[in-house]
Amino acid sequence: MFTAAIVTGLGLGSMYALLALGFHLTYVVSHTVNFAQGSAMMVGAVLGYTLCITWGLSLWLALPLTLLLSALYGLVIERWLVRPFHSRGSQAWLMATVAGGILVDNLALFTFGKEPRQFESSLLNLKVELFGNAIGALQLLIPLVGAAIALALFLVRRYTRLGKVLEACVQNPRAAMLMGINVNRVVAIAFAISTVFAAIAGLLIAPLFSVNAEMGMLFGLKAFAVAILGGIASAGGVFVAGLLFGLTEALVTLYFGSAFTQILTFALVILALAIRPNGLFGSQALVKV
Amino acid sequence: MSFRLPDVQRLLFPVAAAISLNLAVATSTQAAEPPIKVGLVAALSGQSAKSGEALTRGLTMAIDEVNAQGGVLGRPLELVRRDDESNPSKGMLAARELIQREKVTVLFGGLDTPVSLAIVPLANQLKVPFMGIWAAGTKITENGAADNYVFRVSAVDELVDEALVKYGADQGMKKPGMILINNPWGESNEAGFKRALEKRGLENAGVERIQDSDLDVVPQLTRLKNAGADTLLMVGNVGPSAQVVKSLDRMGWDVPVVSHWGPAGGRFGELAGPSASRVHFIQTYVFTEHNDAKGDALLAALKNAYPQIESLADVTPAVGIANAYDALHLSALAIENAGSTDGEAVRDGFYQITDYDGLIKDYRQPFTAQKHDALGPDDYVFAHFVGDQIVPLNP
Repeated sequence: MFTAAIVTGLGLGSMYALLALGFHLTYVVSHTVNFAQGSAMMVGAVLGYTLCITWGLSLWLALPLTLLLSALYGLVIERWLVRPFHSRGSQAWLMATVAGGILVDNLALFTFGKEPRQFESSLLNLKVELFGNAIGALQLLIPLVGAAIALALFLVRRYTRLGKVLEACVQNPRAAMLMGINVNRVVAIAFAISTVFAAIAGLLIAPLFSVNAEMGMLFGLKAFAVAILGGIASAGGVFVAGLLFGLTEALVTLYFGSAFTQILTFALVILALAIRPNGLFGSQALVKV
Repeated sequence: MSFRLPDVQRLLFPVAAAISLNLAVATSTQAAEPPIKVGLVAALSGQSAKSGEALTRGLTMAIDEVNAQGGVLGRPLELVRRDDESNPSKGMLAARELIQREKVTVLFGGLDTPVSLAIVPLANQLKVPFMGIWAAGTKITENGAADNYVFRVSAVDELVDEALVKYGADQGMKKPGMILINNPWGESNEAGFKRALEKRGLENAGVERIQDSDLDVVPQLTRLKNAGADTLLMVGNVGPSAQVVKSLDRMGWDVPVVSHWGPAGGRFGELAGPSASRVHFIQTYVFTEHNDAKGDALLAALKNAYPQIESLADVTPAVGIANAYDALHLSALAIENAGSTDGEAVRDGFYQITDYDGLIKDYRQPFTAQKHDALGPDDYVFAHFVGDQIVPLNP
């Protein structure tokens, strides 16, 4: 019973973490976030379902195509909903990304349909024995993929040219620009990667959950809470906060009942932020004057 | 590679419905008479849109029949719809608009109990009959108003809970656990279940909540299992109900599930997988291969009007269609009895209905001043999914 709750919590937490890493990535390079992350998760699941099930494409063709289209979605958000406002010092990108997400959710409602659909996966029926419990292979795969992506992000940022370019933009965008780095392009790439992360989360949970046009809204909100809890500027912090949030939800439900899940989980988030206002793993930004 | 556009058909549905309505009105012999308007406030978009579609179909089929027979008071009926988006305040605004601007004679309600509860005071205040054709909240008809204008042709939570507990007890249930949607519908049924269990001297193994967004219900179900639940009493729409079944599969817990009618509201067979059939749920009507003459005629008319209906699996949710169909015919009789479209007269017209041989049952004095619900526990049938089709249990 405890093992099952832990697996559930890790799966949920990894999904929140993937979405929250998207918030982190765009925040560090541009000090903006994409509030359409939840909708990007839905886009991933809906595109995956449409390409794989409705159009009958092979999984190996449908998956990269889904991720490519999701990246395109991120680029559109950055180019049309963030850059025009951010470049003029306006905070209107906040509302623009929220509105963009709602718009896309409703477009999906009209094109994909109003009914939830089931994304079949053979992994659903595959069981793995863990501490005497039969656990679904997909449930184990979700935290593994989440951890692998977080690790990949860490390695890319530390050891690749793209990572160095990202790091330069994080540390000093103006100096990076003077060094010949196209900061706008870097920010656009960060948005594309963030929506790809969300799409991966959507694809992973689709077989466990169901695919519908409104599936991303609440997940997106919780993921933002996770990003703040972890300290939005810390990738590792955001990932760990995601896992903690998912585990807390599962364990509170198990030991106190579902009536207390949201009450206790969010009360703990508030408590944690009261003690550490910059997030569990965040640090106060230094302002040079 | 197959490519299909089912949703284009859905998008065309309102157009087709509007065209068929217009044709019906245009070809009617009472074309010169102004139509009597009836309103529908229901979820026409969002996750519950399928329910609005079913209600529209049921009402439209019945209106076509009434108009083909010469209409009511020599005038054709016309349906005016508004989308409540499952939102009580939007539903109340839409109801006000239909009553005050469109001057509807009877207003029909949709799936959501909170929306219907928001409309009830308005209908009573403006003295316009409000007919519930889906939402099952007990307080909708038992609203405490001295002058009650609210009627219903649908299930009633309190009676459904009694029927579900009786069904479970007949199957050997001793200590059920409740897994309920976390909203007023779930709360309404929790109270009903507890009363029904208490009446039989049965204890419960606890109450757990589910949300639309719950990815995994294993922790909630584990609590009920550890508390000794031998049956699950379930209340939730199709999505969360499917999550319960999938989580039961993951746990390997083979427990009987007795449910309110939520699973019938969509593609439960697809969402819950092969284990969907383990869920026994309540219905007011089920289309089968062997309906009575009225059922066969309506099924044929539906297939004719909506080409996307190819098999019984496509006539969902049947309860929405059937409730709406019977409710419209009863409303037409009430207006006929009233001899006018005055709200108070039509309300009394409902009380004067003596006999109507309907789709769900043959109604005998369905409404009185004390009884505003036309259906009771004897009218409920239990069913389950076999593949994508709803099949009655012990037909």
